[in-house]
Amino acid sequence: MIKAVPKPLEEVLDLVKDFNKLLIAGCDGCVTVCEAGGLKEAKVLASALRLYFTQEGRQAQVDETSLTRQCEKEYLAQLSDKMDTYDAVVSLACGVGVQYLAEMYNNKIVYPGVDTCFMGVNEERGVYSERCQACGRCILAETGGVCPIARCSKRMLNGPCGGSDKGKCEISKDIPCGWELIYERLKTLGQLDRFEKPVDPKDWATSRDGGPRKIVREDLRI
Amino acid sequence: MSATTPSKLQKMIASGNFAVTSEVGPPRSADGEVIEKKGNLIKDYVDAINVTDNQTSVCRVCSLACCIRLKLMGLEPVLQMVTRDRNRIALQSDILGAASFGIHNMLCLTGDHQHFGDHAKCANVFDLDSVQLIQTVRMMRDEGKLLGGHEFEVRPQMFIGAAANPFAGPNVAMRASRLAKKVAAGVQFVQTQCIYNMDTFKEFMKILVDRGLHEKVSVLAGITPMKNVGMAKYMQKRVPGIDVPDEVVRRIGGVPKEKQAEEGINLAVEQIEELKGVEGVRGFHIMAIEWEEKVPEIVERTGLYPRPNIDAG
Repeated sequence: MIKAVPKPLEEVLDLVKDFNKLLIAGCDGCVTVCEAGGLKEAKVLASALRLYFTQEGRQAQVDETSLTRQCEKEYLAQLSDKMDTYDAVVSLACGVGVQYLAEMYNNKIVYPGVDTCFMGVNEERGVYSERCQACGRCILAETGGVCPIARCSKRMLNGPCGGSDKGKCEISKDIPCGWELIYERLKTLGQLDRFEKPVDPKDWATSRDGGPRKIVREDLRI
Repeated sequence: MSATTPSKLQKMIASGNFAVTSEVGPPRSADGEVIEKKGNLIKDYVDAINVTDNQTSVCRVCSLACCIRLKLMGLEPVLQMVTRDRNRIALQSDILGAASFGIHNMLCLTGDHQHFGDHAKCANVFDLDSVQLIQTVRMMRDEGKLLGGHEFEVRPQMFIGAAANPFAGPNVAMRASRLAKKVAAGVQFVQTQCIYNMDTFKEFMKILVDRGLHEKVSVLAGITPMKNVGMAKYMQKRVPGIDVPDEVVRRIGGVPKEKQAEEGINLAVEQIEELKGVEGVRGFHIMAIEWEEKVPEIVERTGLYPRPNIDAG
């Protein structure tokens, strides 16, 4: 899932301190799972903002809500009745949700309340790590199920580089060398022959390098 | 079969003599004379001179400009290229540019992560990795073709090199496999990471010899003399992929401070003498970091001077 972290309160305060009517909009999707932007976090942020306004002697209204998903119009539409009553919205969805909300309510100020980080796993509560960079052409079948693009700091397709040390990446002792993981998994699977075969330069056109991406699935369209 | 190029380094290796290379690091300013001075210090003692490419991700005069300067001085440069900073368009463009000046040696590297350098906030590129850069140069040279498919007549005549690190462990077999991948991609010579752990290096070479890889790729053993015990400790603790055993630190630290540099040179000389007897070693790459003036002494003391006269063609 998409992983995010809450923005520091000071940063959000700086964005919204001059408004009188605010909506904090959480999302029940990915950001709820990583406890960065669900209903619970929306309530916590709204309380903190209310406290700030009270301390400042300001009469400000701060409401909170959470939508099933902010990346779908039908859920965003649920806000249409009350949107006009707010000066601004702080969306706690990932960057996708923030943008779709802003797109749908074109004349409304929408600010992000989280920093969207990556697509990854929950190693344990509060510990998330990256697994996929959505390059658009999955090569996990060839790399023992470990992605060198997401897990090698140099996204090498023919690793490991000469900087890994005791199975750790040269940039941090806390990051496992992706290519050591690949080597060990291929060994376990009896597929080490794949390791010595050079992989040709990748076609990055399906990745970010090809420009903003769009999928049109004719088989699914109504 | 490995392609024959006009490279003097390739000819030296083919002659059966131990080859000797060294390297110079470009300055962090527009001073063009630094490379000339460094080149002049070592030119009579080595067969070819590597020029590093923004090593440790610290921005410097570009390798290509320095290689052209050395070439114009009549020396034999080895163009180091990392894939960190340039995409396949820029890399191929620089290869063509180098070849247009008659540069005939390249070292294909992925490069240190920018995290180490003076621009840690920059975007990296890594469009290709070192193995793919090897594939690319080989295609340009042997097929007269760019990765995009364009075919051309005047081909770059590059003797293709890469790095090998037996010590980025602990898995020596994996390191040998990685070199096998570079051989499959078309590499012709490798310069190894600096050797301090002789046992690991010998284990690595034995795997290459057992697999016959030493006949497909010429291994130049990497030697870096220690200037003092501080450097030995720094390399032991701080430099990724370098294995400095405790006895090396003890040896350099075991002599008075004013004698440590001499002890470092003594150790380098002994290492070369020992490595001459290791099957598969075809020469030496002496990386005297900001200590180029010591290269002649090391080459002389190991009987590698004068350099045999090989026709550069």
